[in-house]
Order: sequence, then C-alpha cells, then structure tokens
Amino acid sequence: MKILVPIKRVNDYNVKVRPNQSNTDVDLTNVKMAVNPFCEIALEEAIRIKEAGNAEEVVAVSVGSEKNQEQLRTALALGADRAILIKTEVEVQPLDVAKILVKIFEKENPKLVLMGKQGIDGDHNQTGQMLGAMLSIPQATFASKVEINADSVNVTREIDGGLETLSVELPAIVTTDLRLNEPRYASLPNIMKAKRKPIDEINLEELGLSIEQKVKTVKVESPSEREEGIKVDSVDALLDKLRNEAKVIE
Amino acid sequence: MRTLVIVEHDNENISSSTLCAVSAAQKLGQDVDLLVASSANHIAEKAQQIMGISKVLNFVGDNFKNEIAEDLTACILAVSKDYNFFVASSSTTGKNLMPRISALLDIQQISEVIEIVSNNTFKKPIYAGACIATVESQQEKNIITVRTTAFEKAVPEGGSGQIENIDIPEVESRKSVFVGNELTVSDRPELTSADIVISGGRGMQDGNNFALLDSVANKLNAAVGASRAAVDSGFAPNDYQVGQTGKSVAPNLYIAVGISGAIQHLAGMKDSKTIVAINKDEEAPIFKVADYGLVGDLFEVLPELESKI
Repeated sequence: MKILVPIKRVNDYNVKVRPNQSNTDVDLTNVKMAVNPFCEIALEEAIRIKEAGNAEEVVAVSVGSEKNQEQLRTALALGADRAILIKTEVEVQPLDVAKILVKIFEKENPKLVLMGKQGIDGDHNQTGQMLGAMLSIPQATFASKVEINADSVNVTREIDGGLETLSVELPAIVTTDLRLNEPRYASLPNIMKAKRKPIDEINLEELGLSIEQKVKTVKVESPSEREEGIKVDSVDALLDKLRNEAKVIE
Repeated sequence: MRTLVIVEHDNENISSSTLCAVSAAQKLGQDVDLLVASSANHIAEKAQQIMGISKVLNFVGDNFKNEIAEDLTACILAVSKDYNFFVASSSTTGKNLMPRISALLDIQQISEVIEIVSNNTFKKPIYAGACIATVESQQEKNIITVRTTAFEKAVPEGGSGQIENIDIPEVESRKSVFVGNELTVSDRPELTSADIVISGGRGMQDGNNFALLDSVANKLNAAVGASRAAVDSGFAPNDYQVGQTGKSVAPNLYIAVGISGAIQHLAGMKDSKTIVAINKDEEAPIFKVADYGLVGDLFEVLPELESKI
C-alpha cells in the first residue's frame, strides 16, 4: 500500500502573526516557517503504518514555492520515501489544493491519503473533505485512532460530544486530530540521508488546472483587544465582584 | 434566491448550534429553509417551529441516524439548484460535511464566519484568531460555516415552517459505515452552550485534580473545559478542549484555572462576557484578558471557592 501525505508550509505555531502595515494581509516577513503541526501528525501516522508492515511507501506532496523544499526535506528526514513539489507562486485556496491533489492522486494511486485536518494559518479545515468528494472516496476526519485492515480502515474520530468510530473502504481520506500520535524528531543521520532522497518538481501549469481566487481577502486586522481587568486578593473579593459588579453568579 | 441551513441533531433534539446558524442565515435577508435528514419525522416537526423559517426539507431514512457526511451530501446536492446560500454551524458535523458539498458545487467555502458584513463579504478569524480577515466572495453561490458564539440563537418555538417530504436520493454503494460511538455523558450543560464554563490547564498537574473543577462546576451549573496543554497531558478528554483546535465558547462567565493563556487557547474563549483567571504565576498572559485575576495556588483557591458559592 502507498500512502500520500500532503504537507503544508505555515508559520511556526509559537509565532504570533500580525497584520501588515497596510492591513491588506498578514505580515510574514522574517517569520519562522515550519511543517503544519497537523501535517506532521499525519506523516508520523503514515510512517508508523509503514513501520508496522502495512504500507510500502510514504509519499509527501506540497503545493507552493521553491521554499516548500525545506518542509519536504523535513518530511523526508522524518521518514517519507520521496516527495513531490507542485510549484506555483500564486495563492492557492483549499478548493484549488484539492483539485491539485486529485491530479497527484490519479498519478500515484495511493490507497490512503493521510492529511492534517486544518492548516494553522487559514484555519479552513476543508481540503481533505473536498478531496474525498472530488474523488468519490470516503473520508474519516479528525482521527484520533487509525487501524488498517485489508480493504478498509477503522478510524476513531474526535467529535463534539466525544468519539465516533467509522469503517471506511479503501482508498480513503483520513484527516488527523491532535491526539492521534506524538510526532518524532528527525535524527541527524536521517537528516543527512534525506538530502539524497528525491523531490520531483512539477510546475502547476503542467497539471492543466485553472486556478482562480474565488474568495479575495480585502482586509486583515487585529482583533479588538480586551481591556486588562483588575487583580483581586482573595476568594471573597472575587466572589464579591462576580456577584455585585459583573452580576454573573448569585 | 433562498438560503438553506443544515440541521444538526442527535435523533432526539436539534442542536443549539443549528439555532445559531439559523440566525446567521437570517442576516442574509433571504428566505431561510432548513434541511433535515434523520431517521424519523419528529426532528422535522421540531425544526418547523423555529421562528422565522419558511420550509423544512425532510429526508427520512435509517441511513441518516449518524450524520455520515457522504449520505448527507447526496441530500443537499439533490436540492442545491434552488439555493444560492448554504449555511451550517462550524461544529464537527458542519466541518465534516460542508467542504464535501463545496467541492461538488465548485464553491470555495468560507469557514468560521463571525460576522456577515453583506451577502458577499464576511469576517473570519485566521491564525488562531491572531488576525481577523475580511473576505469577499466573487461567487454566485456561497457556502459558509458560522462560529456559533458569534450569533444569537434563533427562537426554537413559535414558527410555522412547511414540511416538504423529499425522496431519498440514490446513493452508490456505501463506503463509509458507522461502527460505534462513545459520547461523554454528563448532567452538566454542554460546553458550547453553557452560561458558565470553568476550564483547567497544565497547572492542574493531574487528571484526578479535575475533580476540583467538577465540584465548583456542580455548584455553578457550569460546564468543564480544558486547555490543549491539559488535553495533551492526558488530564481531560479532547472534547473538553477550548481553543483554536477545539471548541469556541463565549459564556457569561469563563473561569480559567491554571491556564497560562497561550494564543491558541485565547482564540476559543476571549469573547466570553466576564473572564476570571486563577493562576499562581502573576506574569501569566491569561491575566491580560481577564476581568478579574486572582494570583494564588489553585489547590487552595478551588476548595475555598467551592465552599463559599
């Protein structure tokens, strides 16, 4: 079985991103970039499935500029066998990314696509479900447990009220939630070895898709800040404020 | 044109997040219809009473018991030509379902809308709420999911929608099968709709210590939440998680206990009306958003709080 793992390049999650001066976009100048944390979890799961003998190959794919090489090298150092970079300088939205991944899926024919449930930049949470629909294959989103069977995969999903388990026929799309696993760190020898693993580059134009920004960002601003309140020095003082000032408890 | 809202339910009741989605839909200024897919008629009968709605499109079949995305997609597509707006809440059900519809109708969905500026302009948080983006859709048809804390609940009774029964569309062989679920059972209110929420963070030190939060919650009729750090450390189940990757809440009172206040957590609770922070580190960023801060040891503060409420 082959597993395809899409990798998104995003800001490091510790960085607080701010709007640019003209409020037209976020300011990512000099911001440290990384593999989207949910994609890292997806990759880790794919590698574990391979290590357990249930997959032969893990292929990482990313859409973006030449800079995405960096994140694909990380994926290779973590254990992906090879990588594909779809090169473009234009902004791609989740619908576009799903269309691009359809092309890669058709070329690679993986049994399983394991991907993050959302990017921590746009917070869309769309691409996996869109890919599933476009390919007419089933999806299991927000996975916290993945069990591979011969022709299907059992996925425990994090839903609002608790957990739900689905059995989906392969090929399928699984999107990952936080508790699925704890990703490993790349070892130095593996980082060195990753330099020799292949990254195929494909220009977006070669896929014959028309990419259009159907949704335009017209303004980016900071959220309204809450005013800092006061410190109270005892439980009694706190209860007094909550009862008599905020009037939120009796 | 008309707006279609997807109704979420647990086979007994309509979820409160659907009521928020209805009131968001009403801001678009078009007739609002509801789509109900369930295993029995009583959900549609409840849905028709929601104030201000026109029609209820009712799909009844055993398949719909568990809200499988693939099954619901077929229902929505069957009626999609009459609608130019599709609205659902950004619950896990809405998040799971709506992008499938979007892909098949070739629409770029807009997720987690917090403000409807006009029929083609919306505000939504990005980067864990560190920024708010105003986005303009160039599309004739739109699909949005709405953050429930940003919209009032529609009135659940007093409406008189017409129920229209619709034949279940043919679905090709079912490739996704429900196996089972483990739902959190609690006598306390649900996290996203509770008036008061008390959440614990890494400072709780151990899952067993969440009992301290439980006793305060019982007295206040509050829901219990957790930060991602607490969930990652195994102190609390994931459906307790408040923040960027968990739930968004906006109760009247939010009490953050032993939570430092990472931006990812603030993203899920900073719209609460009153915020209380209890933390032993007086430099913790949570105090920057708190109306009332109490610097102290939570293991002393919580029992005292519980005894004095």
